[in-house]
Amino acid sequence: MRNILLAGVGGQGTVLASKLLAQAAMEQGKQARTAETIGMAQRGGCVVSHVRIGDGVCSPLIPHGAADVILGFEPAEAVRCLAYLKPDGVVVAAQKAIKPVTATLSGSAYEGTEMLDYLRRHVRQLIEVDGETICGQCGSAKVLNVALLGAAIGSGALELSLEQMEKTLEQRVPAKFLEMNRQALRLGVQSAQQQSK
Amino acid sequence: MKEKLLMGNEAIGLGALRAGVGFVAGYPGTPSTEILETVAKYRDAGTYVEWSVNEKAAMEAAAGAAYAGVRTMVTMKQVGLNVASDPLMSLSYIGIKGGMVVVVADDPGPISSQTEQDTRHFAEFAKLPVFDPSSPEEAYQMIGDAFALSEELQTPVLFRPTTRVCHGCVSLPLEEPEKRPAPEGFVKDTSRWVIFPKLTYQNHQKIEARNASLRKTFSEYRFNRLAGSGQKGIATGGVSYAYTKEALQLLGQEPKLLKVGTPHPFPEQLALRFLDGLDEVLVLEELDPVIERELVYLCGKYRLNVIIKGKLTGDMPNAGELSVEIAKMQLSRFLDLPISDESPKEAAPALPVRPPVLCAGCPHRASFYAVKQAKKGRKAVFSGDIGCYTLGNAAPLDMVDTCLCMGAGVTIAQGLHRVEPDAVNFAFIGDSTFFASGLTGVVNAVYNDADIVLIVLDNSTTAMTGHQPHPGTGKTMMGEITRKVSIPKILEGIGVSFVRRVNPLDLQAAKEAVQQAAAVKGVSAVIFESPCVALIKPAEVHTVENTACVGCKKCIRELGCPALVLENGKAKIEPDMCYGCGLCAQVCPVSAIRKRGDRE
Ligand code: SF4
Ligand code: SF4
Repeated sequence: MRNILLAGVGGQGTVLASKLLAQAAMEQGKQARTAETIGMAQRGGCVVSHVRIGDGVCSPLIPHGAADVILGFEPAEAVRCLAYLKPDGVVVAAQKAIKPVTATLSGSAYEGTEMLDYLRRHVRQLIEVDGETICGQCGSAKVLNVALLGAAIGSGALELSLEQMEKTLEQRVPAKFLEMNRQALRLGVQSAQQQSK
Repeated sequence: MKEKLLMGNEAIGLGALRAGVGFVAGYPGTPSTEILETVAKYRDAGTYVEWSVNEKAAMEAAAGAAYAGVRTMVTMKQVGLNVASDPLMSLSYIGIKGGMVVVVADDPGPISSQTEQDTRHFAEFAKLPVFDPSSPEEAYQMIGDAFALSEELQTPVLFRPTTRVCHGCVSLPLEEPEKRPAPEGFVKDTSRWVIFPKLTYQNHQKIEARNASLRKTFSEYRFNRLAGSGQKGIATGGVSYAYTKEALQLLGQEPKLLKVGTPHPFPEQLALRFLDGLDEVLVLEELDPVIERELVYLCGKYRLNVIIKGKLTGDMPNAGELSVEIAKMQLSRFLDLPISDESPKEAAPALPVRPPVLCAGCPHRASFYAVKQAKKGRKAVFSGDIGCYTLGNAAPLDMVDTCLCMGAGVTIAQGLHRVEPDAVNFAFIGDSTFFASGLTGVVNAVYNDADIVLIVLDNSTTAMTGHQPHPGTGKTMMGEITRKVSIPKILEGIGVSFVRRVNPLDLQAAKEAVQQAAAVKGVSAVIFESPCVALIKPAEVHTVENTACVGCKKCIRELGCPALVLENGKAKIEPDMCYGCGLCAQVCPVSAIRKRGDRE
C-alpha cells in the first residue's frame, strides 16, 4: 500500500496531479482511491489531495502518520501536513513560497525559508524542487505539478516508473501541452536524482 | 468492463443512468454538482437533464415527469433541500409513479456550506426512506436500489452522500444498464394527484404502516450489516464506517459492529440482534446523533440494559467532520486500549493563514471597490449573498456585512433600511443567485417601496460551483442554445426606476453609476457586467514600473489582488497570476502600473 498526500494552494493543479497518480497506479493493475478538496478553498485557500494505492484501504483520507510521500506544492503547505507523514516518509517540496494576501497586507515577513529549514530538520528524506526554474525552462507555470510528480518518481518512493507516468501523461494531457509536461517530468526526476547523490 | 477512476458523484450519476433514469433536474451546490454534470455527459437521447432555476423548481419538474411514469432524479446540496422542502413534504403524501430519487449531499465540517444540517433527519421529518452510502463503490450500487425501492413503493426516496463520498475517487468496474419499459404516461386521476386534507389523512396512515414494515425489510438489506463479536459494540454508518473500519484495523480490533446504510426507516430487527448481549455501544456518526437516538429508543422500547455512548453523552464531538484520528482516539478510550501520543517533537513555525480569496483579475473585486469608493463619507451597509462574491468580506475590501442564505441579501437590506433609514443599504447578488431566489426579493422591495441599491454582479456563470450555465447565459445543460433571460429587462419590468449596466473594470464609470443609483429614492440597480476570469483568456499582463513606483502600497492595501506582492518596499506583479484586468493601474496614484507591452 502507498499513501501519497498532495498539499498546495488552490489553483496549483493538485487535483490533476492526484488523478495522474491514481491513473498510473491503475494502469499497473492496482486499486486507487483519492480524495480532493473542492469548493471555496479552491480560490487560493489550502487544498489537500489524498491518494491511496493498493488493497485494504477503507478511509478516503490518509490517517496521520501513514503517508509514504508528501508532495508539497508550497513550503508552508508541506509543513502544515507533516502530521500525515510516516517517520521514514519522503517529502518533495517546491521551494517557492506563495504569500497569502493577508500576509502581504500585514507586511509580515513570510518568505518560506523558515518552512524549508524546518523541513530540512525534521524530514529524513527531503527533496527540494526549484519549481520556478523548471517552469521557466518548460515555458509554463502550470507544469509545477508534473515536475513534483517527477521528483517523487525520482526518489523511488512512489513505486511507479517514469515510463508508466509518461504513458499516463500521454493519455490525460492534451497534445499541445504534452511535450512541456514530459520535459517537466524529466527535469523533476533529474532534480531528485541529483539530490540523492 | 474496464475499471475507471470515478469520483463518488460520477459513480452516482452513472449508477442512475444504469438504473434507467429518464429525467434529471437540480441546482448546483458543493458537494453535489458533479452528479448532474455526469448524467449530462454520459446520457443517451432518452434521458433529459436540466439545471433548474432552483431546487424547488427542479423537484416539481421531476415530480411531473415521475407522475408520467419516468424514473427521475433530483440533485442538490443540503441547504437546497430547505428550498425544495415545500414540494418534498407534500410529495411524501402524494407519492409518485415512475420513481424519484432525491440526492441531497450533506457537508460535515462544513467544508463549503452555511449549515451542518443532517438530511437523515429531514428524511425522518418527511417520513421518507433514506440511503446513506459509505463509499463511492457502495453509492454506485445503492443508487440502483434506491430507484427500485422508489418505484416499488411509489414514493420519493432520499439518497444522502456526504462530501468525502461525493469527492472521493475510486477505481470502479461499470455494469451494463438495466432495460426499462417505456413510461406509461400521465394517467388522470384526481383522487391520486390532487392533494386534499382527506387524501392526506388517508395516505398518512398508509405511510406510517409502510415505514413500520420497512424497519423489518431494511433489516435484511444488503448494505445494513452486522459483524464481529464481544460485549462492546460499535454502531456507525455513511463515511464514518470507513473511518471506523480503518481505525479498528490500526488498533487490531474486531468488536461487534453495526453498519447502517438506511438510517430511516431504521433496521430495527438487525439492530436488536446487534444490541443482544452487549454492555455498551459507541456510536460514530457525523452531523446529528441519528443512529444514536434510534438505539437509545430501542433500548427503551425493549428494556435493554445497554449503555449507548455518542454525541448525546459527550463521548463524540458534536460538530465537524470525523476522521480516522478521532475514531482511533475515541475507540481506544471506549475499548480500554492504550492511547498513543503522536504530537511532534518540535512545534512547527507559525504557519501563514490562507483564507480563500477572490481570484486575481476577478471582476467582483472591481465592483466592490467601485461601490466602496462611491459611498465614501456616507453611512452604508452591504448585504451580501451566496457565491464567490461572499469572499468580498475579506480585508482589504471588507464589503460583505451580512450573508445568510440564497437571495437573502436583497431582503435583509430591506429590513435594515426600515430600522436605519439614514444608511444607504446596498444588496449584492450574483447572476445565478438572482435567478434562483433574488427575484422575488426585488419584487418585495418595489411593492413595499424599500429604499435599497441593488448591485447585481453578473459574471455570466455560476462560478463558485464550477461554472454552470443559468437562465441568463443562453445555454442549457443539454448544450443547447436557448433564449437569454435578461436581468435588466426583468428589473425594468418589475418597476425598478433606475437600472444601469456598467463594466466594473472601468472604475470611473462604475463609481459614477453607483453614485447615481444611491441618489435615487426607492429601488435602484446597478448591473456590473464582466465575465468570470475562468471563462476568458487572460488580457495583457500588467507590470509595475519599478523606478516609477513610490512604494505607497495603495494598490496592495486597497485591492488585495493575489497577484500583487511587495518586494523590497515596492509593488510587484506576479506575471503567472495576473489576469490583466487593469484595476490596479487605475488605482495607482503615480501611474506606475501599465500593460507589459506598453513599456518603452
Ligand atoms: S491587472 Fe492588477 S489587479 Fe488585475 S489581475 Fe493583474 S495585478 Fe491583479
Ligand atoms: S500604488 Fe503604484 S506607487 Fe503605490 S505601491 Fe502600488 S504601484 Fe507602487
